[in-house]
Amino acid sequence: MTRYVVKRILLAIVSVLVICAITFFAMNAIPGGPFNSEKALSEATKAVLMERYNLDKPVPVQFVLYMRNLLHGDFGVSLKTGRDISGTLFSCFKVSARLGATAAVCAVACGIVLGSLAALFRNRLIDRVIVFFTTLFTAMPSFVFATFLMLVFCITLKWLPVWDASNKSLILPVIALMAYPMAYVTRLTKTSMLDSLGQDYIRTARAKGVPMVKVIFKHALRNALIPVITYVGPMLAYILTGSLVVENIFTIGGLGQQFVKSISNRDYPMIMATTIFLAVVMVICNLLSDIAYKIVDPRITLD
Amino acid sequence: MSSEYLVEVKDLKQYFPIRTGMFKKTMLKAVDGVNFSIKPGETLGLVGESGCGKTTVGRTLLRLYKPTGGEIYYDGNLITDQNMLQYRSKMQMVFQDPYSSLDPRMTVEEIIGEPLDVHKLCANSKDRRDKILSLMELVGLNAEHATRYVHEFSGGQRQRIGIARALAVDPKFIVCDEAVSALDVSIQAQVINMFEELQEKLGVAYLFIAHDLLVVRHISNRIAVMYLGRVVETADADELSDAPIHPYTQSLLSAVPIPDPKIAKSSSRIILEGDVPSPLNMPSGCAFRTRCRFATEQCAKECPSLTDRGGGHMVACWNK
Repeated sequence: MTRYVVKRILLAIVSVLVICAITFFAMNAIPGGPFNSEKALSEATKAVLMERYNLDKPVPVQFVLYMRNLLHGDFGVSLKTGRDISGTLFSCFKVSARLGATAAVCAVACGIVLGSLAALFRNRLIDRVIVFFTTLFTAMPSFVFATFLMLVFCITLKWLPVWDASNKSLILPVIALMAYPMAYVTRLTKTSMLDSLGQDYIRTARAKGVPMVKVIFKHALRNALIPVITYVGPMLAYILTGSLVVENIFTIGGLGQQFVKSISNRDYPMIMATTIFLAVVMVICNLLSDIAYKIVDPRITLD
Repeated sequence: MSSEYLVEVKDLKQYFPIRTGMFKKTMLKAVDGVNFSIKPGETLGLVGESGCGKTTVGRTLLRLYKPTGGEIYYDGNLITDQNMLQYRSKMQMVFQDPYSSLDPRMTVEEIIGEPLDVHKLCANSKDRRDKILSLMELVGLNAEHATRYVHEFSGGQRQRIGIARALAVDPKFIVCDEAVSALDVSIQAQVINMFEELQEKLGVAYLFIAHDLLVVRHISNRIAVMYLGRVVETADADELSDAPIHPYTQSLLSAVPIPDPKIAKSSSRIILEGDVPSPLNMPSGCAFRTRCRFATEQCAKECPSLTDRGGGHMVACWNK
């Protein structure tokens, strides 16, 4: 177990380094630069700025310099605002984490409840309704759904504000973000719940005299949740990337919006910092989901 | 009300609806009018081909299925429609497949302990622990196995876990559904001896479902032979094995391998022609007539019922 975790962490460091390299060279390959704007700067000013941020050197040299700073924990400063990147990153992350974590928790909780209901009332009306909506949510891209929600609840019905500083403005982004993962968790739970309800050990539990409610929760659901836990890693990845779109539509100043903004600004250090940060979060989520898998299913051995 | 018999089954029927077309449903008559009774401390063997409804009888008897018709009595009490909770501590079942019938997420201790908790049989956690360990010892498992998960055991050990689990509530009656069929021959013998010891020690009655006739003869007091959802012959174990009357029982017994080649040569094997008819489309009258050497017109018209041929030897056949 410990050996496995150490091995995975080492591999994770390698993949983060590879991501760093690819991003660095790819972003330098896109045309344009951080100091191109409508109001052209004088050649002399530009040259000074380029020199100050090491942008006049060849790209591989820039990469080595950047990585050296990174290993010292220095993300650099934003080329646009001139502020320290770690500070910006942290404040953006707090906003995104609140949105993402709420969406993730709601998606898993609703998905498990709906999936179990669909399995227990298989082929009845409630199952049909759940299946209809999960298919819908799986098929609809988040930007369409987000725009639709905004149109209905903010513009037509005027129930919720398009934007304000209160928690109420978090409701629609959370719904838009959780729709797909919730639908997926529902389908996953339903399939594996049906599977575990048909297992022989369910009959054994009933023969023991275990009440039906307990049979469902203790024996069927506990076994049915194993595949759901493996989905948590990919789900967080979806929520991370999904928030790029949703944060922009709802103008939420989180990591997603920062990421998109930094790319259109060619704010090189900011692009690097957000990418690395998201990559690390992803890798950690996947690792935790694998370890959780081992904990819930004693039959699985890691290594 | 109590009676001479611990378990009595009268005209038990269990039909399963099967979709045969878009809107058409046909009834699969898995069990169609079965009668038998078991005294306390007695073993009734139930034999028959695969798919003849043996397992369904066992499961319906414990109300794991809701019976379509008929009556089930436990110690004189009708339990066909009653809440089964109190009877679950008296009637238990050892399931056929030791690989799938135990919850993979539970340790041995949790599996055996769960019925103790459900029926509140232990006053405190020390009692519970002692009871679990004594059950494990009874079936030949070591105390250090208690915290292990089911997948860490071999088939034979799992079957013992299943047996310990069934015994946890001190039942008076256990349905053993092919309880030894999945095991190696050497372990089969151990488990069967264990069943017999438990019967001597605890006075448990068994319904022993199996397809191995030699095993059934060894362990049973009486044997019932099933064919397509009905009992065709029932008698004392030795009587049935030595002097079978029903043509189906005769052919079943002639198929039992004989260890001595000299005797084997001189005995003739009765080979049944044709296949078992589909239970969805049962022949009229006697279900066995399509493969029976003695079938007559009467067999096609009417289904024979069990009649006593002396000494409690019951046979359902017109011609024998």
